[in-house]
Amino acid sequence: MTEKPLNNRAWFFVLPVLGFVLFSSIIPVMTVVNYSVQDTMGANSFFWNGDQWFRDLLNPATTIGARFNDALFRTLAFSLACLAIEIPLGIALALCAPRKGWAVGISLVVIALPMLIPWNVVGTIWQIFTRADIGLFGATLVGTGLRYNVTQEPISAWMTIVVIDVWHWTPLVILLSYAGLRAIPDAYYQAARIDGASRWAVFSKIELPKLQKVLVIAVLLRFMQTFMIYTEPFVVTGGGPGSATTFLSIDLDKIALGQVDLGNAAAMSLVYYLITLTVCWIFFTVMTQLERRRDV
Amino acid sequence: MRNGTLPKIVFIVYVLILMTPIYWLVKMSLQTNTDIMSGLTLFPRHPTLEKYFEIYNDPTWVHAFGVSLSYVAINTVIAVAVALPAAYAFNRYRFIGDKHLFFWLLTNLMAPAAVFAMPFFQLYYAVGLFDSIWAVVLAHCLFNVPLAVWILEGFVGGVPREIDETAAIDGYSFPRFFILIFLPLIANGIGVTAFFCFMFSWVEQLLATTLTSTHALPFAAVMTRAYSVSGMDWSLLAAAGVLTMIPGAFVIWFVRNHIAKGFALGRV
Amino acid sequence: MTSITLDRIAHAYGGKPRSESDYQLKPFQHVWEQGLAYALLGPSGCGKTTLLNIISGLVIPSEGRLLFGDKDVTRLPTEQRNIAQVFQFPVIYDTMTVAENLAFPLKNRRLPKPVIEARVAEIAAMLDLTADLGRRARGLTADAKQKISLGRGLVRSDVSAVLFDEPLTVIDPALKWELRSKLKAVHRALDLLMIYVTHDQIEALTFADKVVVMNDGRAVQIGTPAELFYRPEHTFVGYFIGSPGMNFMPAAVKGDRARVAGFEFGLGQVYDNVPAGQPVQVGVRPEFVSVTSGPGLPAQVRRVADLGRKRLAYVSLGDHPLVVTIPREVEGLGEVVAISIDPANTHVYVADARVQGRAP
Repeated sequence: MTEKPLNNRAWFFVLPVLGFVLFSSIIPVMTVVNYSVQDTMGANSFFWNGDQWFRDLLNPATTIGARFNDALFRTLAFSLACLAIEIPLGIALALCAPRKGWAVGISLVVIALPMLIPWNVVGTIWQIFTRADIGLFGATLVGTGLRYNVTQEPISAWMTIVVIDVWHWTPLVILLSYAGLRAIPDAYYQAARIDGASRWAVFSKIELPKLQKVLVIAVLLRFMQTFMIYTEPFVVTGGGPGSATTFLSIDLDKIALGQVDLGNAAAMSLVYYLITLTVCWIFFTVMTQLERRRDV
Repeated sequence: MRNGTLPKIVFIVYVLILMTPIYWLVKMSLQTNTDIMSGLTLFPRHPTLEKYFEIYNDPTWVHAFGVSLSYVAINTVIAVAVALPAAYAFNRYRFIGDKHLFFWLLTNLMAPAAVFAMPFFQLYYAVGLFDSIWAVVLAHCLFNVPLAVWILEGFVGGVPREIDETAAIDGYSFPRFFILIFLPLIANGIGVTAFFCFMFSWVEQLLATTLTSTHALPFAAVMTRAYSVSGMDWSLLAAAGVLTMIPGAFVIWFVRNHIAKGFALGRV
Repeated sequence: MTSITLDRIAHAYGGKPRSESDYQLKPFQHVWEQGLAYALLGPSGCGKTTLLNIISGLVIPSEGRLLFGDKDVTRLPTEQRNIAQVFQFPVIYDTMTVAENLAFPLKNRRLPKPVIEARVAEIAAMLDLTADLGRRARGLTADAKQKISLGRGLVRSDVSAVLFDEPLTVIDPALKWELRSKLKAVHRALDLLMIYVTHDQIEALTFADKVVVMNDGRAVQIGTPAELFYRPEHTFVGYFIGSPGMNFMPAAVKGDRARVAGFEFGLGQVYDNVPAGQPVQVGVRPEFVSVTSGPGLPAQVRRVADLGRKRLAYVSLGDHPLVVTIPREVEGLGEVVAISIDPANTHVYVADARVQGRAP
């Protein structure tokens, strides 16, 4: 592969993108930064507060610091749980999906359907579905004798949000993996049969390596989305019971809108944003480095 | 690889589980509220389309549905259109700051809507776009444009660079080459990208509701009407929910072949 | 090590063929002998890949039997057939090194480690891959990757045939020749049956001991390169092999004389078995028609092509176009030239098939 040519006029191609994204990005980010270093006494009076918000936030000894810490770990645990379930499940189901015939089109549409439902409607669906009186899921679990109650039991609530996310987003992993699998030429499977490879060897030596690139996309997208999860817990559990499902976004919202504590919320937003960024950057770099090393 | 029976069964079971909550919603939309509350049934006892007619005959619902569709459509067109040249530039050339710019674009995907809702409100209020579909269009560009660049860049990489060179030798000007030769080659990619843009814009509600109040209220926001002092109108809520799934189902039906074939040229 | 027999093998996708034209591969009887190199040559869509897939087990023929030695393998899965295959695009296992790639088929068959290592070393040496054994396979060039896919087939000592499906498609032209000679060398060293699918006649003629020319689902001729050149059994073989292809002219044949557009010339054999009511053609390769300074048939010159090594003239005999050779000593052509046809290499075709005459 030859090196790409250097051409700074390529910037002109990028300018429209830059314009659209900057408009919606820079000014709001600056607003957030601005709030994060000020305190408000309500209405429109602000005064300089320096880095006090940040120091409180990052110190678990303070109330807000402890609260932030808890929310952060809750969110990380949630993200990891979702990834750990959705990625393997998505790959497995992509392997099971039909490859040809009339079933392909229908399967794709049916699988993609949950992703195309507005997030608050997803919340609504599950709000109904998990109720013990009118929802099938809730009624079934309660019927089997489990102490299942989304609004009372922290574990029920937490697990329910995970189930919702798995239901909602495993289809994305399936679609990406499915497309990746379809891109593997038949010759690879034929060669593997000639070489006498077992089903497991076909998976680990052919399919998984070829899926690597789509899986990077899937993991990144899913991490970002689960880490930012807001609407589903907001609608289904409202962050409760207690603070069992108060993930970072929910907490932010509570502080910013509920307590009109804009400075604190803004500082929290920035720290939160930086964490997402760092995690993605590390993941991205590690994956591209691995890629490069393999070619040598 | 030939599919055996076990994978088929696993897949069918999965699809059934996947569809149950949706079936439940559809079932409830066909029931009356008294029917819903009177006990758990697998099938509606007295199916009725009453709530669908109620929505159809109410101009607020109909208007909101139109609003949602228009901002999603405009956003998808803008996102794909501006992302195409950028994706080409990122894949084909090196230029000062290219890698940083690319990563910066991606960081916008990581901006939680909950964080941006407030500043967005202030920004669009200040520029006089508040409560118009353009506010939502622009706000959704924040994540859809970078996403489109990201996906399309992979597809551009799937087209060999020799094609660009051949076209240049054959005397095609760059715009003619780009539109007549290059775009048809990445048609699958454009289909896949449009699908993703449509999807993320259609399902995003937090920004859409924050940036609008009456004129440009999206469909899903009108659903709060079902929560009233006299109690929950479950049936109405379910019917509205079912309606929100229809446009998405159409879109995926049209791009299903692109999805299946699409990534072959792209990332893999 | 065995021969492969096609016993009335035929294939029609989707089951029951109603007419001759429903067949992707028309009924075919042939024995592929052990130790020979065959080429399957034909234009795209002629059924050569279908035939290869039947032998490898990817396609189960709708009719007939496939025998390896005297064992019926028609319905046996690929992995039990002891064949090796090299595909159009290099198929390698990305995550493995070259050595691991070569060892993979043996590992799957649970051979002891020392045996595997010895065998891998031997094959790597034969294919000039020894220096690359420790490298990741995916970083290598296309021709090295093709050698790895070939090597994965050859490491197995029980292999009865090696199938090649247009293996040089993605190889640089400069390296094609080298890789092909390597294939020849491997063939001589291992005494295997090799079947090589291609649409490139040069590849087929230089690689194979015997060439199977296919057209429209049918094997039209099986023969050595010389046989295909000197005695095409079918007009298609005449067209397809040679550059440019054979000249065919509708003719009236009587005894050892042929008449084309009012001109008469002699044939090498006597034909008194030409049936009436069917189209009759005489065919002669451009190499055996030449411009002459002596007596000959008058032809109008339309165009001259100088190919360096030889010169060709595109002429008309009456209204029939012909390609003829211009001998080195002839210089400066007039508008009308005399041409002479070599009777010994002129053949008669009835309904596209060659008719054997009798010695005069």
